[in-house]
Amino acid sequence: MEKIIELINLKKSFGDHEVLRDINLTLNRGEIVSVIGSSGSGKSTMLRCINLLEEPTSGEILFNGENIQSKSFNLCSYRAKVCMVFQQFNLFNNMTALENCVRPQMVVLKKDRQSATQFAIEQLEKVGMSAFINAKPNQLSGGQKQRVAIARALCMQPEVILFDEPTSALDPEMVGEVLEVMKSLAKTGLTMMVVTHEMAFARDISTRVIFMDEGLIAEENTPQEFFTNPQKERTKEFLARFLEN
Amino acid sequence: MHFISNLTNILATQVQQLGFFKKVVTIIKDYYPNILEGIANTLLIALIGTVIGLLIGVLTGLIRTIPLSKNPVVKCIQKIVNVIISIYVEIFRGTPMMVQSMVIFWGFAGLTGGNTLPVIPAGIIIVSINTGAYMAEIVRGGIISIDKGQFEGAHSLGMNHAQTMFNVIIPQMFRNILPSVSNEFVINVKDTSVLNVIGVYELYKIGDIIIKGNFWMFETYLVICVIYFILTFTITRILRLIEKKLAGNENYVICGSQSNPDAEIKVGGTN
Ligand SMILES: Nc1ncnc2c1ncn2[C@@H]1O[C@H](COP(=O)(O)OP(=O)(O)O)[C@@H](O)[C@H]1O
Ligand SMILES: [Mg+2]
Repeated sequence: MEKIIELINLKKSFGDHEVLRDINLTLNRGEIVSVIGSSGSGKSTMLRCINLLEEPTSGEILFNGENIQSKSFNLCSYRAKVCMVFQQFNLFNNMTALENCVRPQMVVLKKDRQSATQFAIEQLEKVGMSAFINAKPNQLSGGQKQRVAIARALCMQPEVILFDEPTSALDPEMVGEVLEVMKSLAKTGLTMMVVTHEMAFARDISTRVIFMDEGLIAEENTPQEFFTNPQKERTKEFLARFLEN
Repeated sequence: MHFISNLTNILATQVQQLGFFKKVVTIIKDYYPNILEGIANTLLIALIGTVIGLLIGVLTGLIRTIPLSKNPVVKCIQKIVNVIISIYVEIFRGTPMMVQSMVIFWGFAGLTGGNTLPVIPAGIIIVSINTGAYMAEIVRGGIISIDKGQFEGAHSLGMNHAQTMFNVIIPQMFRNILPSVSNEFVINVKDTSVLNVIGVYELYKIGDIIIKGNFWMFETYLVICVIYFILTFTITRILRLIEKKLAGNENYVICGSQSNPDAEIKVGGTN
């Protein structure tokens, strides 16, 4: 298996608060990794460190074997290859759905408007949003916004997409449409890392499940093993609590 | 004594002879070229001053919101520049523009050995610098009030700070600050009146000149007052209209159709 991203002894503190305590993790090409764990366990922080929205306190992050924090590393082109999809969508409020997808291609990938537009429409079609290309974010529902956000990430032709609770801000009836899109992406061979509370998605779609607890990876397993035969007490408690709800 | 009582007599008869409306009409008829000049100067100085002030505000706002560099030398320079901007803002917001006008006008004369600036450019400079101090805060507020997610969304796709600012943040910032900028313009239309202290022929100064000829204090300043109101009222309405226009279309057109998947997808509204 080909390694894309490696986290080596990754630590992150906010002041005295040690949020990531020692993370070691490898993401291979084509994998769909689900990251689960209770709120505050450091899942978002880990994803944000990978995208360098947060600066790690210590440790290394390698992308295709290169340290992403070295001086010579091109951070912007890295971020275009390892995009992020947020819980709160973060679509650009001053642009239409289409322009949200076109502008980053022009600015970051230096594409001309015409080819960027063509490619953007293709991606918006994939997520079922091509009918809404002229809508502004505030005219779209949560599920529609998130689908545009996914199309926007796809427009960068990324090697990896990091999803941080992509369905957590959505009304229940909209969760399905976003998960459907993510399932279809999983089939294309895209490498994905998904922080989620959707256990069905983690179980059925992902190739590996990671359970985080208090800034550490407490358990890591195949979905079958993870859900039927969890090894750690903390994992069992967490899953039990989830099944109750 | 004799002279003064004589004068009051003359005034009294004049008041009897001429009614209020007659006086107003006379003022406008006799002095309309001066009044128009005053209006032109007032609007010119207020408009250019507001625009330059806005440019100063945008520039300082952009500088102040650049993230601090990791390079210690650059970081130190950034901090010094930020302190200088803060001092500028505090001083010009914390002192009256009338006094600033005198200090700048006569300060320039002092430094150049008695050369005074032409008054209208001097007025524009004063209003610009003064407005810039307010705009600096308005722009900074307009930038930092934008949701952090807008920055993160841009950064996460690979945009650098400048690209993020120009493509995502500044357009939203302008929309946020538009009402405050309009407000500053209206304030400037009124506040250019203080420039009479350096001899600018703005509207108030024109009033000053008129009363030296006719001694009709009340009627003259009332006319000036009404003109100020008409100016600010009209400008406010026009700016409201522009704000509404810029707020954009609330509707969008759905392209293609689900019942007819082959319907051509039209691309529009990409600007
Ligand atoms: N910018 C920040 N400053 C200070 N503390 C933070 C910051 N971001 C996250 N934290 C803290 O880090 C911990 C982990 O947060 P997070 O990674 O968001 O957890 P999760 O995504 O698993 O719910 C939380 O206790 C949170 O309060
Ligand atoms: Mg989180």
